[in-house]
Amino acid sequence: MAFRLKLVPSETRIDFFRWQFLTFGLSSVLMVGSIICLLVFGLNFGIDFRGGTTIRTESTQAVDVGAYRDALQTLDLGDVAITQVFDPNFDADQHVAQVRISAQDGAESVTPATINAVEAALQQVDPDITFPSVESVGPKVSGELIQTAIYAVLASLVAISIYIWLRFEWQFAIGAIVSLAHDVLITMGVFALFQIKFDLTTIAALLTIVGYSINDTVVVFDRLRENLMKYKKKPLRELMNLSVNETLSRTVMTSGTTLVALIALLVLGGDVIRGFVFAITFGILIGTYSSVYVAKNFVLWLGVKRDWSKKDPKQDASPFSGAEAP
Amino acid sequence: MLQIDRWKRILIIGICVLGLAYAMPNLFYKRVEAHNDAIASIEKTGVTTPEDEAARAGWPNWLPSGLVNLGLDLRGGAHLLAEVQVGDVYKSRMDALWPELRRALAEERGTIGAIRRVNAPEGTLKIEIGTPDQMARAVEIARGFSDPITTLSGAGQSSLAISGQGSTLTIQLSDAEKSATDDRTIQQSLEIIRRRVDEVGTREPTIMRQGSDRILIQVPGIGSAEELKALIGTTAKLTFNSVVGTGSDPDARVGVGQVVLPSVDQDGVYYTIEETPVVTGEELTDALPASDQNGLPSVDFRFNPSGARKFGAYTSANVGQPFAIVLDDEVISAPVIRQAITTGSGQISGSMDYEEANRLAVLLRAGALPAELTFLEERTIGPELGQDSVDAGKLASMVGFVAVIVLMVLSYGMFGVFASVALAVNMALIFGVLSIIGATLTLPGIAGIVLTIGMAVDANVLVFERIREELKTARGPARAIELGYERAMSAIVDANITTLIIAAILFVLGSGPVKGFAVTLSIGIVTSVFTALWVTRLITITWFERARPRKIEV
Repeated sequence: MAFRLKLVPSETRIDFFRWQFLTFGLSSVLMVGSIICLLVFGLNFGIDFRGGTTIRTESTQAVDVGAYRDALQTLDLGDVAITQVFDPNFDADQHVAQVRISAQDGAESVTPATINAVEAALQQVDPDITFPSVESVGPKVSGELIQTAIYAVLASLVAISIYIWLRFEWQFAIGAIVSLAHDVLITMGVFALFQIKFDLTTIAALLTIVGYSINDTVVVFDRLRENLMKYKKKPLRELMNLSVNETLSRTVMTSGTTLVALIALLVLGGDVIRGFVFAITFGILIGTYSSVYVAKNFVLWLGVKRDWSKKDPKQDASPFSGAEAP
Repeated sequence: MLQIDRWKRILIIGICVLGLAYAMPNLFYKRVEAHNDAIASIEKTGVTTPEDEAARAGWPNWLPSGLVNLGLDLRGGAHLLAEVQVGDVYKSRMDALWPELRRALAEERGTIGAIRRVNAPEGTLKIEIGTPDQMARAVEIARGFSDPITTLSGAGQSSLAISGQGSTLTIQLSDAEKSATDDRTIQQSLEIIRRRVDEVGTREPTIMRQGSDRILIQVPGIGSAEELKALIGTTAKLTFNSVVGTGSDPDARVGVGQVVLPSVDQDGVYYTIEETPVVTGEELTDALPASDQNGLPSVDFRFNPSGARKFGAYTSANVGQPFAIVLDDEVISAPVIRQAITTGSGQISGSMDYEEANRLAVLLRAGALPAELTFLEERTIGPELGQDSVDAGKLASMVGFVAVIVLMVLSYGMFGVFASVALAVNMALIFGVLSIIGATLTLPGIAGIVLTIGMAVDANVLVFERIREELKTARGPARAIELGYERAMSAIVDANITTLIIAAILFVLGSGPVKGFAVTLSIGIVTSVFTALWVTRLITITWFERARPRKIEV
């Protein structure tokens, strides 16, 4: 027998409902915690969403955040945030910082004069300084971007629930949506808690999480549907446990390969996309958890029709017809 | 039992080979890029320099030479989102209408009385007439200037909205004409921006309309957004106007149809000029940087015949009077007309250096923007930062790739090797497709590829796990493999369609980098399903036919 790496033993009989009050409690606590974090700390919006300018500075001399701040204070720019950026890819004499200036009052579009003034002030502090990237977004566009982002997240949730409803049953769709909302909310909560920059690419990351999480959930649902047809009389709860156990090895393996690839990107991919990759990595962890512990629990509570034989087309015609409590 | 039709085998191998062939140029990015640039430059100039020749020879002509475009965040360059102030055009349309309308109304002075233009909001023309009860006649005359609209949406409407109330005649563009004008304004702006950017000759700029009145401009390789704005941001509206007076008061009282404009090079000097120009820059045929008689930088220009005629007539009638050369609402100079200029050519000189003279000539040649642009978003990314991101992305993808292979081989043995080969083919296919459709690779796009590396094996994992299960019950390995592929199918399809839905939404709603992510993610989904279902199956079956194992272990 050749060696095989087994992340999960080949046969498992874990009762995933045994701890359901604990997991349900944990999920609830995390979700409520996320909402509190979002309300208390708020999200650290990037310029995509609140307008303003970010300037990336690079120098061979060490970054002196205090000196930078003093230099910019005199310009009277309102809210200025300066953060030093660290990355394992940087050379020893590569010192990078990020300066963010909020949108100037009353300015519909970007003012190049402000940017020039900031650059000049920083050059006074450090003559070697260069500006590898300068990005400005006017308040008009940032307002629209927020709107688009919200539409994108809602549209994807709706589109997915419709697809699941068509392919499975409405109970599955609700289970899927609840678990997706769970993943998105908790990821946003983490962004609020650690004040990680939240911008357009973060939205892309959130949608990717939605895509991945639904992928996982669908695999479990698919197996559940198969088992529903196979075992007509088994209690739903047992069937669910069976389905999750049967697919567990795949769930863990896929999460494993995806995480391995993402961790490589997280460590080596550079600081520019670190926030983006972090969101996806975190989301995949939480998404794997939710497809095992959240989605199917909702389906169990909602109940699902048991007669999946295709003999009676009338019963299949309406997705609501066969619903019954187990 | 376990087999694949011959034509399917050929098709699968064919697709893989094509994918590899189209992906290959990306391995030799610099060389192929030089090759493509050389061909473009030979075609453009018609001259073949030895350098071009050498660069062209650097890559064989018969090989595919399509490359994945690198986005601004990877190549460096400038990005601008401009809003076209379409309302500007309404104003110039009304200003252009006024002299003709005045003439027509003046001819009927006997019936409608004296006429006078009064102040009105921009884009509206208000005229007081002496005899209010003859308003109907005035409206009728004004209607004569209104044309029926020919566009589909505006059919049956006319171009001007005219109303008379009391003694005031109000004229403005009708809504249908406004929307038609807006469309034209954007089209013209796009065309002119394209010409201006092309004059500078950068590689593959993106200039496209976004929404109703916006234009997205992305120019790789340009130093900064500031530079790009200097090139395209100026309207470069050149006009020749008659001068009414000179003074030092910017708020001087002026008559209707006159404006006060500052001088470019003399501080505190203001000219009062007639707003309706004698000749405009649109009637220029050529503009070249030159030197004036003092050896200072200047721009020589030439009018087309109609412009030359108008300019000739005006100068011969106004000898001894000053006239103003106005560029973007600033008076460049106001020379006194010494004699009639009938040759149709002239010179603009003033305080500018050679670079500015050159830029002005470019702007004049490309034509004036019909309306002003305001910038809503601007981004500059330095080329070094882009290169750093490319390097980091490359390293991360390779490490991720190797790690996934190790994990797969450890978990599934021989089948893991098959999946790894499929994964490599998958990478090649992604780059092949990106090259063929000329898609743009952005930094999030690289993340999309890395994510695909991780997720692409999912379909294989589903199949392999299924084969393992089937091995427990099925009769013989061949049957187990067949059932494994068959039964894993529905899960694979459902799981990937949902991800594809997400990618589609990202593509529609996202912009720039996010769009790039959506593109690589969707291509990755399609190619990974193909490689997982067909390529691994082909490899597995070929291996199975050769080895004929009695027992298999997954």
